[in-house]
Formats: sequence, structure tokens, C-alpha cells
Amino acid sequence: MRDAEARRLWAANLLRAAAVPLTAVVPAFFMDGFTVLGTHLAWLCVCVLCVGTLNVGLCLVLKPSLPPKRSSVANKISRFLKCCIYFFMSCILFHAIIVLYGAPLIESVTETFLFAVLLSTFTTLQCLCMLGPNIQAWIRVFSKNGATSIWENSLQITTTCSILGAWFGAFPIPLDWDRPWQVWPISCSLGATFGYVAGLIIAPLWIHWNQKQLTYKSR
Amino acid sequence: MQRWPVLLFLAWVCFLFFAGIGLFMSGFLLTRIELANSSSCSDPLVPPPWDEQSLPPGSCWLPRRFPKAVLVIIDALRFEFARFNPAKASPLPYENKLGFLHRLASSQPRHARLYRFRADPPTATMQRIKGLTTGSLPTFIDVGSNFATYAIQEDNLLAQLGQNGRRVVFMGDDTWEGLFPNKFFRSYFFPSFNVKDLHTVDNGILQHLYPTVDSGEWDLLIAHFLGVDHCGHKHGPDHPEMAKKLTQMNEMLRSLVEHLGNDTLLLVAGDHGMTETGDHGGDSEKEVNAALFVYSKTPLFDTDPPEEPEAIPQVNLVPTVALLLGVPIPYSNIGEVMAELFSGDGDAASAALQQLSVYHVNAKQVDRFLRSYSQVAQDLPAEQLQRLQELFSSAVEEHTQLLAQVQGAMLTPPEMEPRLRSLISRFQLYLREARAVCTQSWARFHPLRMVGGCALIAASCLLCYVASELAAVSDSFYRSCLLYPLLWGLVVAVLLGLACTFTQEGLDLLLLSSCAAAASQLGFFWHWWGRHPKRARLRLRAWLVLAFPMGILLFRCGAMFSDSFVVAEARVAPFLLASLVTLLVGKLHWDGRLTVPEGPRQQLLGFSSYRKESWYLLCLVAALLLCVRLSGFFHQCREEIPQCRPSVFLAPLASLRNTRAKNLFYLLCVALLAGMVYAVRSWLRHYGNLNSSDPLVLFVRWGFPLVVLCIACYWAVASSAEDSLGKLQELVQVAVVAFPWAVYGLTSVGLLLLLCHPMTVFAKDTRESAGSIVTPYQGVPSSEVDFLHVIPQIYRRMQESQKNRLERGSCRATVAAYGLGSVYSAALVIALTLLGFLLMLLHSERLSLAFLLLFLEAFVLLHIHTRFFGLSCSLILISLSLSPPSLSESFSVPWFAVISWLLAASQFFYSTGHQPIFPAIHWNAAFVGFHLDHSTNLLPAVLVGANTFASHILFAVGCPLLLLWPFVCEMPSSQKKKPKKEPQEELQEVEEHMMEMRLRESPEKFSAALLQLGLKYLFVLGTQLLACVCAAMILRRHLMVWKVFAPKFLFESLGFVVSSICLLLGISLVMRVDCAVSTWFSQLQLR
Repeated sequence: MRDAEARRLWAANLLRAAAVPLTAVVPAFFMDGFTVLGTHLAWLCVCVLCVGTLNVGLCLVLKPSLPPKRSSVANKISRFLKCCIYFFMSCILFHAIIVLYGAPLIESVTETFLFAVLLSTFTTLQCLCMLGPNIQAWIRVFSKNGATSIWENSLQITTTCSILGAWFGAFPIPLDWDRPWQVWPISCSLGATFGYVAGLIIAPLWIHWNQKQLTYKSR
Repeated sequence: MQRWPVLLFLAWVCFLFFAGIGLFMSGFLLTRIELANSSSCSDPLVPPPWDEQSLPPGSCWLPRRFPKAVLVIIDALRFEFARFNPAKASPLPYENKLGFLHRLASSQPRHARLYRFRADPPTATMQRIKGLTTGSLPTFIDVGSNFATYAIQEDNLLAQLGQNGRRVVFMGDDTWEGLFPNKFFRSYFFPSFNVKDLHTVDNGILQHLYPTVDSGEWDLLIAHFLGVDHCGHKHGPDHPEMAKKLTQMNEMLRSLVEHLGNDTLLLVAGDHGMTETGDHGGDSEKEVNAALFVYSKTPLFDTDPPEEPEAIPQVNLVPTVALLLGVPIPYSNIGEVMAELFSGDGDAASAALQQLSVYHVNAKQVDRFLRSYSQVAQDLPAEQLQRLQELFSSAVEEHTQLLAQVQGAMLTPPEMEPRLRSLISRFQLYLREARAVCTQSWARFHPLRMVGGCALIAASCLLCYVASELAAVSDSFYRSCLLYPLLWGLVVAVLLGLACTFTQEGLDLLLLSSCAAAASQLGFFWHWWGRHPKRARLRLRAWLVLAFPMGILLFRCGAMFSDSFVVAEARVAPFLLASLVTLLVGKLHWDGRLTVPEGPRQQLLGFSSYRKESWYLLCLVAALLLCVRLSGFFHQCREEIPQCRPSVFLAPLASLRNTRAKNLFYLLCVALLAGMVYAVRSWLRHYGNLNSSDPLVLFVRWGFPLVVLCIACYWAVASSAEDSLGKLQELVQVAVVAFPWAVYGLTSVGLLLLLCHPMTVFAKDTRESAGSIVTPYQGVPSSEVDFLHVIPQIYRRMQESQKNRLERGSCRATVAAYGLGSVYSAALVIALTLLGFLLMLLHSERLSLAFLLLFLEAFVLLHIHTRFFGLSCSLILISLSLSPPSLSESFSVPWFAVISWLLAASQFFYSTGHQPIFPAIHWNAAFVGFHLDHSTNLLPAVLVGANTFASHILFAVGCPLLLLWPFVCEMPSSQKKKPKKEPQEELQEVEEHMMEMRLRESPEKFSAALLQLGLKYLFVLGTQLLACVCAAMILRRHLMVWKVFAPKFLFESLGFVVSSICLLLGISLVMRVDCAVSTWFSQLQLR
């Protein structure tokens, strides 16, 4: 049972990790002059869409979390709407946090907002897929000994890695190297992406190595 | 409570740091005093009498040889670039490119010559330009009359040319614009800042060079090319681009020579060299080895060039060019003339005579400079000056004798010549020795001193850390870790002093004190090691707790090593502060401290929710982030970021044109001031510190609004339009001075009152007989809050008296002391408010918004710290059942609080409109309350220093609040738990509202906690300083060392000195309050 779960996790994470480099390469065949650095906004949109759809699709296919008890249509719709609202709110919240951390307030609002959307995709969207619009569950998962399955462990690791990557991405901005990727928010979004991919790969490895210690409380 | 040992320990640690800073500074920052004197034509540096009548018009001191000169400066023209070796088969990209110079020198050996041009360190362009025009050795700090501009104040070649009516035309590097504002007859400046740009400056010069040369409207033409230097920085010397650049220079020189007339002297010079990586700034052979090429269409030399080009110091150019062009040598020149250019075309004897007269004038000028310099400064060693003096006077004496003999025609030319030659060599010797003496004290780093200073600072940091980790502080601690080290230091100092007196050597106070500091440090570590033979091993968990704040501190220190990060520090510090706080919140969440402890039901559901306090904490963090972000709007700019615009709030209100906006801003600022006074007063009232009728309380009640009124009036007067007041002009003049003085007076009265009577406690004595129970609690008498406490009080008294009557039959009563629980922090808050007023007065009006943010952020930080305290320790800790070990834990301030406090301090250094560069200092702070005159330098220095380090001062004085705040705020948390307690316990609870009196209960721990806090603060400050010092030392060859690292080091060390002194003041204020509380208690018991 555990092994099968772990294999499913490997497959899902590798798929998600592989999708990210594809978003950088594939659109170049359809759009003229598409590069990650040159047309950064376009890449951000493509990346958000791809990662988002893949996450939702995988969630529907693999069903890592237990289905809710009441599954009427109205209930499903309300859950979906709630998810949308949560996602949007998290975008706004991330935008506010990024600005509070020193991003320009008025100039390049679009860039900042798209970066916030990217971060939300890497973090909030995963949580929504995995845990549903249930803040209490989120709080539980993101605390010590709160994870109840390897999926939740993976969620912890990828989310933390994405945010750490974005944080480290801010470091090269002040340097006087005059590189195209030092422009706001390219280094941060690249950092977040690298962090996300790294998290996707680290998570199963970490789970594999700590297999013995991991004991999940049964719900 | 041990007051003196604590203060002494902290003062000793400060002294250790100061000794380290001083030692490093003496090795790194070489200072020199700029003399304001300047040479003039009529100076009595008498030219030899036989020359006087024959001085042609337009000449000073000596007849000029050239009416015109062209000085081509090719930045970073290393000697190897200019040398041409035809035998070389496969030259490197930078070799054999200036073939034209070689051709000139080989085809016309009497017209042209190449020299090695030895630059003096620091080999940065600005310092080199100074050297090339003043003939002196510029150091990093040339202490002159005016810090505000980079403009050269000293006498220099351009000033001399200007004085004598010559026209100087300049084209090229715009550094000259800052150095010589409005000194040029005509000028073409091009931006030099972008190091990546190889062509803008050079192409700009080439566009103007030949037309200007042809027009003939110039006497000295300076063209400063930057391409070679920028190419070195971008690609390094060994690169095809360099070959292209040098070839371009070669072409330029070829066509320039074609345009020159016969009466023109051409000088091609490099201001410094470059290393193999293309950098410069230090003193390595490749950096100081530049090239100089001299050419004229009329013959210059009377001998053929030597086989190997001669090496001449860079300063020699100044006297040579000055005398060749017939202007006086600049006053501070210490260079030696290049005599071979003065030989003329006569026979050997007359040439020697000519050279002798040039040397004579030169030596007299150097002697005059050394005399006036040694009168104002003592940094040149006296005995060497004495020796130089003797050398000079003997040479001059012989010179007069010889001249008399020559005039009397007593000597035939053949026997005259050897004597002339020997005299010339004596003058040469004098000039060279004089230069060597100056070089030794002005232009050399002292690596040993730098390393020593660095080591002292590092050891002091370690000492701070070690001492702050020693939890058990006992009497023997002070004896073994303070007294003995001090004795060690004293003994070493006395021994060294005796040794110096015996060996008759000059006593260097700095070296002595650093030796003493090192000895006492050794003593400390010796005794500490003896006391703790086994190092208490930190557990892994303790390390993890330390990891986050220390990691952030590490990032901050690492940022000091990159010039870009130092330039961007105004954004780095807030970023790190925000990260630290959010990281800690994240960690609290991860540890489950924010959530409600899981009950069985929640465990079943797997859900968790936040506690109420957690939401409060999150709100506080949001407020902090907001403060941090808003404070970014008050930034000042550095020239390194050209697109940056300084904040509009930095300009004084008087500069606003729009009257409505001006009035609006004015009202806003005054309202803010009033709001601050109101906030402070209501805080004090809340804690019951405003009830007594002590003079201090009266001052807070009435003096604060008065201060605000004075500041408001001053702002109104200062920002009013000049002409709008018409006849009242004189009154305004008086008011501009009177109001600041009123504020100074009032604040000093307030601070004095605070020192004399720091108690803000109102005691309500309800005792009938002598009793000793004191219940401190907060609240306003006759208010609602009061009743809440008075009723249980009465109840308790009744109960007690009944009990007593039952037991002993005697009656005991209580003293209700209002505000006793917050007596320490009340004193600090009052002091901070007063200081805040003072510092706001020194800043421009609208920066009071930044100060408001500062106070707000400090308040929020204190609250966050308190909340963390409450949440991260177990719940029981703050309530009644305090067990002794957890009590001692609550007495130590965690690292993250200290680090965030200091990050906030450096963040507000930038947010009050400062930058660590000299042009960004707010000089007008020196004239708040003064007309434009100061009798001494001390007062303006204090005012400007207070303005610059405002946030350092406020945060350092407020540092003890970090310890006090959790105790002040303990009230609400225990109230909250009240409903859960049994009714009997509730009574107990009221008694337990000890607040800061908990600190007094265990005086030993209180003093130890203060010491620990001070040491932690000094450790964090010291680590930042250490990073700066190391950066300055390691990167002393870096391109940006004089522009970025050295000023940063200077500001950081000054900030350290200010912070540490203010920290001592803050802690001693707490001690003073403690003294007063003790006397108050003893009086109470006596009554």
C-alpha cells in the first residue's frame, strides 16, 4: 500500500516537474520571439496555466485526499466557488506581501501581480487541490507532525521550497551585473520556479529516506 | 543590585571595541590636514638677484619656458602600455600599441622622452587627480574647511593658472567638474560613472579636441580619456578590446601632435596603472606604475635619453609644469622639479646654474610648506623635520655663498661646475627626503595595524558572546572576568609606559591602549577558560533556536562585502527585518504555538484553529511590515544609482512653492507631534505614571506641549517665505534662533529632572501604623479601572486586618503605589520622547513623519517581542507559578529581539534620509538655532552627529525596554486567565501584579539581565562592524573602496561609538531609576 502510494507520488511529482521546463520550450514553436527572459509576462502566464491545469488534473485523477462526505452537485459547486475565491484572495495577499517586502508599489504592477499568481499557483492551488477550501486543515498540515500522508508531506516540502526560492531570488537584484534576469520580478519568479521543481524532486526522496520515521496518525 | 560592576563591564567592552577601531583606522585611513594658504607671484621666495631684472612678462618666480601646454591624461595608462619593444615577436594585446610615442622618442631624442610615472597609493582616479594638480599626497580624508563638497580647497595648479590670467580648457572625465567647479575657461564634461561604457568619454573628447587646439583660445588644455581604464575594468588588460582602445589613443596622439605649434609642451600621462584583472586603488607594483611622455617641437633636453626610462614620482609633474608655464608652484606641493627640462640650450655650466635656481625655488617652497604644516598638525615626526631643516639651511647657505662667488666672477666655469653639481644633489636629497617623510605618514597602509585592529574587534565580539552566554553571574564572575582582566590590562599599560619613558621613545597612546586592550582580553579568556574548563556543549535544539536570527545576521554581514549590497543597503535592512520576523512567526506556527492546544474533539477532526493571541500577533506583524515599507519612502539617493530620485520629504518646507501644500504639510507635521505627545501621555496615564505631583510628572504634563509649541513655532518661522514678512524680518531673525534654543533648554531641563527625580510613582498611603506591604498596580485613581483594583484591595485589607486582629490584634495597612509597576520604562519612555523632539528639530520638518514611524515600529517590535515571549514560553511562565529556572529564562532577552531591534536601527538610519556617504550628510543641522557662525567646531559636530545617527541614538537608549516590556505587559495576560481561577485565587492574582517589581525582587538577576542585554547588543553591533572592517581590509584594492567601503566603514564605526555610548547611558538611566526606587522603598519603611 505504502509503496504503491510512493510510486504514485513519484510519478505525479516527476510529471509536474517535467511540465515546468516544457513551458519554457514548447511555446517558442507557436509564438515568435518567445523567451523566458524576453517575454517574461507571457511565460509567467503559460507557466501558471500549465502548472495549474496539471495540478487540478492530477488531483482529479489521483484523488490523494478523501472525497468529502456530502457530494451533492450544489455542494460541489459551492466548494469550487470557494476554491476560486480562496485562490484569488491568496493572489491579492501574496501581492500585498511582496509589496511590503519592497517591491515597487505603482510601477510594474502587472509583473508583481503575475508573480503573485505564480506563487499562488505553486502554493495555494496545491493546497486547494489536496485539502480543499478548509483553512483549519491547512493550518494543521503546516505544523510539526501535522502531515497525515505522504501527499501532505510532499505538499509541505514543495510549498516551502517555492517560497524559499522566491526569497532567495531577490538576492541578485541589487548586484551591478546588468544581466537581463536581474530585472524585477524575473529573478524572483525564476527562483520560485526552481524552488518548486527542486521541492517536487526533494519531496519523494526525503520521504524515501525517512520512511522508517514517518508514522502517520490515522484519521 | 550590582550597578557599578555592570556599567564597568560594559564600558570595558566598549573600550576594547574602541581600541580595535582606533588601531584599524590608524592603519587604514590616512589623514592629512589641508592648508588654506596659496602661493602668489609676490611671495618672498626671492629668485636669485641676477634673474630678477630679466624676468619676462607673464612669468612668476622664474622665467617661463612654454606659453602653452597640452596635458593628455589617459586613465590607467600603465607603463607597459606605453613602452614599445620592436624586438617582441608576438606582443600581448596591450603591448606595442603606442608606436607613435616610440617613433617620436627615437627620431627626436632631444624633443621627447618616456618616463616611468610612479603613482602614490591610493590609486583611485579622484585621489590621483588631486595629486596631479596639488602636488601633494591626497589621503582618504583630507581634513579641510568644508566636507560638503568634493571640490579641491587646497592651492593647485589650475587655481594658480587662473590667478595669473591663464585660460584652462578641459575635456573628458566629469570627476573634474566636482573637483574644480567653475575653474575652467571652457569645459566639456562627459559622464564617467558607467564603467561598462568604453566610448562615450573618448569620442566626446575627440569631437572637441582638434577644433579647440586649432582655435588657440587656451593656455593649458587638459584632455582626460577614460576608455583604457573602463576597458580594463570591463575586460582586463589582456583583451583584444584593449588593443583597439590603445590603437585609438595612438591615432589620437599622432593627429594631436600634427595640430600642435612650436611653443607648446605636450604631456601624456597615466594617472595610475592597473592589475592583471584591470582593477586599481591599492599599492601593488602594477597599479602604481604608470607612464609619462613629454614632447615638444622645440628641443627640451640637452642630453640623450638613458637606456632604461627614469622613474619619477607623480607629484613631480606639478612643480615642473608650474615653473615651465611661469606660474608659482602650488603651496602644498611636495614634488621635485624635473630639472632636465630646465636646462635650456646654453653650455653645461649655465644649464647647471639654471637647474640650481629651479631647485632653489622648489626647495624654498617645500620648506615653507613643511613649516606651516608642522604648525597645524603633529603627524610628521618632529626629529625628522628637524633633520630636514638642517639639510635645507646648510644647502641654502652654500647656495648664497656660491651665488656671491659667481656674481663676483671669482670662479671659472670649469671649477664652478662640480660645485654646482654637488649643490644640486644636496637640494635633490633634501627634496627627496622631505617627500619620503610625507609619504611615510600619508600614503601607506599599515597592514599590521589593520590586522591587529581586526583581530581586536573579532576577539571583542567573541568576548561579548561568551560573556553573554554565561548564565550564572555571581560575585566571583565580576572578580575573575572583570577585575583580573582589568588588572592585566593596567599592568601591561604601565609596563609599556615605563618602557617608553626609559627608552625615550615617543609614547603612542593608541598603540598603548590597544596593547592594554589585548592584554585584558587575554586575561578575560584565561580566567574564563580556567573557570569553565569544559565547554558547555550547546545542544542541537539550542543551536536550531539560534540558527534563524544568526542566519539573518550572517546575511547582513555578508552583504557588507559587496559594493552593490552596500549601495542597496537601504533596501536590504528592511528586507532582512521583515524576513526575520515572518520567519519567526512561521516557526512559532510550525511548533504549534499559535494554535489552540488540541482537544480530543479537534484531534478527531484533524482541524486546528488559531488562538486569539495569535491573531493579535499576526496583526502586529502586519503592522510592522507596513511600517517597514512606509519608511522606505524617506530615502536619500547615492550617486551610484543615477535613476534614483531622492524622496520629496527630505526637502525643507521652505523650498515648497505651493503654499497650500506647504500649509497642509505643516499642519500634518504639527498634528503628528501633538499626537505623539498625546500618545506618550496616555501611555503613561494608562500605567498610572501621571498621577504624582513630582516635578518630572509636571514636566511631562506641561513641558511636553510647550516643547511641541516651540518646535511648531520654529517650523512656522523657518518655513515661511523670505519676503512675505516684510518689516518683521528682524523679528524672524531672532525667532529662528530663539525657538530652537527654547527647545534645547526645555529638553535639557527635562533630562535633568529625569536624572534628579526619575520616579513617577504616586503613593497613596492608607496606613495607620507602620506596615510594609506595598502593592504596586496601575490605573488612575477615581477611574473605573481603579475601582476594579481598589475594591479587592479594601476587601483584602479588611480580611487581613481581621486576620491580624484575630491573630495578633495589630492592624496592618497598605500603601497603594500608582505607576510603580512601570517606573523603569516610564523613565525610558520620557527620555526617548525628549530625545525624539530634539532630533526632530534637527531634521527637516517632514521627516517627523519618519520619526513617527520609527516610534511606531519600535512600539510594535516591543509588542511582538512580548507576544513571542508569551507564546513561545509555556503558558504558565507568565502567570503566578513562576518557578525559579523559568524566571531566569524570562530575564534573558532572546537574540532575535536584539537583532531585529538593531536591524530596525539601521533601517531608520536610511529612512531618516541618510546614506553612508559624505555628500549626503545634513549639514544644515549645524545651524539649527545658530546664525551662520560657530566659534568652535565641537558644537556643530555634535549637532550634525546627532542628526546623522538619530536612529542609532534612539534605539540604543531604548534598548533596555526589550528587557522591561514583557514585564510591563504582563497585566493583560494574567487578567485573561482570571475567569478560570477560583475566586480565592483571584485575590492572590491582584497581589501578583508585580510587573517591573518582579525585576526588583531579584536584583542579582536584574543586573545580570541588563549586563547580558548590553553584551548581546554590543555583540550584534560589533559583528556588523567586524564585517565592515574586514570588507575594507580585504577589498582595499577594490575599485570602489574609497567611494563605498571606506565611507561605509567610517559611518559604521562612528555609529558603533554613538550606539555604545547611548546604550551605556540608557542602562545607567535604568540603574538611576533603580537607585531612586530603593531610596523610595527605604523611606516608605522608615515612615
